[in-house]
Amino acid sequence: MNLQEKIVVRDLNLRIGNQHILKNVSCIIPQKKITVILGPSGCGKTTLLKSMNRLTDLYSNVKITGNIYLNGQDIYHRDLDVTDLRKKMGLMSQRPSPLPMSIFDNIAYGLKISGRKKKRYMKLRVEYYLKLVNLWEEVNDRLNAPASSLSIGQQQRLCLARGMAVDPELILADEPTSALDPISSQSIEKKFIELKDNLTIVLVTHTLRQARRIADNVIFMYLGEIIEQGPACEFFDSPRHELTKGFLKGSFN
Amino acid sequence: MIIALTLIIITPIVVFFSLYAKSSLLLDGNASLFELLFSSSWQPSEGKFGFLPFIASSVFITILSVIIAAPVCLLAAIYLTQYAHPWFVKLMYPVTDILAGIPSVIYGVWGILIVVPFISDIVAPFFNVQTTGYTLITGAIVLSIMIIPFILNILIEIFRNVPVELTEAGLSLGATRWQVIKHIVIRKIKPGIISAFGLGVARAFGETIAVLMVAGNVIKIPDSLFSASYPLPALIANNYGEMMSIPMYDSALMFAALLLFVTILIFNLLSRMTIYRLEKQL
Amino acid sequence: MWRIKYFGKKAEEQVFKVLMRLACVSVIFAMGMIVFTILKKGLPVLSWEIISQVPKGGFYFGGEGGILNAIIGSLYLAFGATILAFLISLPAALYLNIHLKKRKKIQDIIRLFIDVLWGIPSVVYGAFAFGIMIYLGIRTSLLAGIITVAIFIIPIMVRGMDEVLKTVPITLYEAGLSLGSTRYELSYKIFFRQCIPGIVTAILLSFGRAIGDAAAVLFTTGFTDSIPTSLTQPVATLPLSIFFQLSSPIPEVQERAYAAATVLIIIVLIISISGRLILRSYKPNRME
Repeated sequence: MNLQEKIVVRDLNLRIGNQHILKNVSCIIPQKKITVILGPSGCGKTTLLKSMNRLTDLYSNVKITGNIYLNGQDIYHRDLDVTDLRKKMGLMSQRPSPLPMSIFDNIAYGLKISGRKKKRYMKLRVEYYLKLVNLWEEVNDRLNAPASSLSIGQQQRLCLARGMAVDPELILADEPTSALDPISSQSIEKKFIELKDNLTIVLVTHTLRQARRIADNVIFMYLGEIIEQGPACEFFDSPRHELTKGFLKGSFN
Repeated sequence: MIIALTLIIITPIVVFFSLYAKSSLLLDGNASLFELLFSSSWQPSEGKFGFLPFIASSVFITILSVIIAAPVCLLAAIYLTQYAHPWFVKLMYPVTDILAGIPSVIYGVWGILIVVPFISDIVAPFFNVQTTGYTLITGAIVLSIMIIPFILNILIEIFRNVPVELTEAGLSLGATRWQVIKHIVIRKIKPGIISAFGLGVARAFGETIAVLMVAGNVIKIPDSLFSASYPLPALIANNYGEMMSIPMYDSALMFAALLLFVTILIFNLLSRMTIYRLEKQL
Repeated sequence: MWRIKYFGKKAEEQVFKVLMRLACVSVIFAMGMIVFTILKKGLPVLSWEIISQVPKGGFYFGGEGGILNAIIGSLYLAFGATILAFLISLPAALYLNIHLKKRKKIQDIIRLFIDVLWGIPSVVYGAFAFGIMIYLGIRTSLLAGIITVAIFIIPIMVRGMDEVLKTVPITLYEAGLSLGSTRYELSYKIFFRQCIPGIVTAILLSFGRAIGDAAAVLFTTGFTDSIPTSLTQPVATLPLSIFFQLSSPIPEVQERAYAAATVLIIIVLIISISGRLILRSYKPNRME
């Protein structure tokens, strides 16, 4: 097992009913880098992302062959505790999904269910994570207000703080800025760049510009297959595949 | 086309006003509204119309039936939307369709054939009670099965409308499926769940024939689960024939209908509005 | 220590899973039991004689004859009410969806209104109708029953149709109302192909409600041994046939009640299953 490889996907085939969504996908997510999964809409990038923390288990009629390894361990192994696996990967969705609780409770929830209930401990952690995403200044006077009262940009940052509060090893982000205004987007992107020193980040996006801005590593997908993957500079400066070249030129959406 | 729509809209208004008009004789009479609603002496031939036994019967039987039906529906809805295999969900559809389509008189027949003897021969002796079996609890049991498909469908609809990202977010924090359901999903749709039960209450409150056949039809305020009862719809259905023979009797029955109409209307309105607002949010 | 917590988490989930499965099974069991009980009592007495004859010697005491009066009566009533309701519901639903498409707020209010109407029990309509009948001096009749039941099922029908109609995108409506004939015909065809199954199901379900309802007809149609020959005569219905004859001391009369119950439940089963089948067989063909 190569210590630099956080997640290894090998020959993954995923079908939902009759649709073959992921076809022979093999890729590597390197440790402590920002890996961007790029591609046009509908190419399977979200599905690939969700298969890494087995959220694909939620789909009915899903059939999977192949392997996914996290830190060298097969995540589909019988004895593996799925909730533990998922805790290791913080999730951010396209639309921010604040829990139906107060701002404080949103961040404290992860702590509460892992059994750490001491009030003082939670208060400190909540403050720490809110500061981490630059929300503390904005919300410290209304921590008990419902999380839905925040703006979308603030909600998304809250979701990031919430995910961080359970000490994940990775962040899986599914187009986290596509619903946000440019300033909020920028703030999230900056945060990712800061966080990558300690965490591995996997980001799904369909905007080329975002990928260019923050990617260390790129995986390019089209129609369920991986077309090309590698370090960002190689990908953007000297793409090998015809489809990649076409995508980079903007000739298809 | 607009005529059709207008017709539909003015119908309940017409119904309301005509029921009110008919009851006005009673309302303008000797008894005050308070006396009508809260006195329990019902002697039409002497002009005494205390509706309390009927109102109490209706309230008790409705609440009982919802208490029985609610947990069943909630548990089933959670299972069907979160845990069950697709084939099982498909199996449940025709089951609830059929339950929903069975006419109330058939529920009444079943109640008489099965539930009444069950209560009088098995349950009541267990509690050392003597009863004919035509009781409050019998009516509640039959009624609860009648409202189950109704509440269940609404609950399933509400659960389905919860965005999947919410469940995914909860799972990613390390919660188990059940914790996500308990702490997050149910919390999010709580007003919807209550409203679904509210709609069940409205439905149970107005049910006539099945209840008439098994609830006892004895005019008194029910004092135990095994006592006979006489809900409002049964009052109307049993006595409409004698309406014209006693003065003010027809007014009284129309008043009972008006009570039903207004109560059910309010429950339905509040519940539906809450559900609408919730779905906008989701 | 966290081990115990882990088991605690899992245990709670397992307990509830069992309860949930139990809940589902109880529902299935209840349905099975009801259908089975009725069929068990009714199928043995169901014979050609019983469904082809009217009761002889009075429906309550006469031991001869059958339930033809109720079967035909119910069919007359249900068909009449369904047709009347259809004539009002379809235009209303179309108006709601076409002309008011741009005014969402009004649409929402009307939909809320119809949903609330949907919950009003038939006994209220029955009492209302009875009051009017007394006021106008009309006696119980088939026509009164048809009108009352129609009023009762209109919200059900409108709602069902509205559910289907609102899924049709506005472009189809607009194309259907303007432009050249070929495009008009084409879009009309697509529109109907999508909606007809839903509309048929709505009509079917309303028919089922109409035939099974007892509270509204109790007040308005009376009961009789014979089959009505005009709209102003009283008519027997299956639900009332069951209701009145079940408590008779004469076993043959009781048998008629069970036979009527069986006929009724078979009709309802057929309607429910066909409704589902129609929806299922057309859904995959949705064209946009």
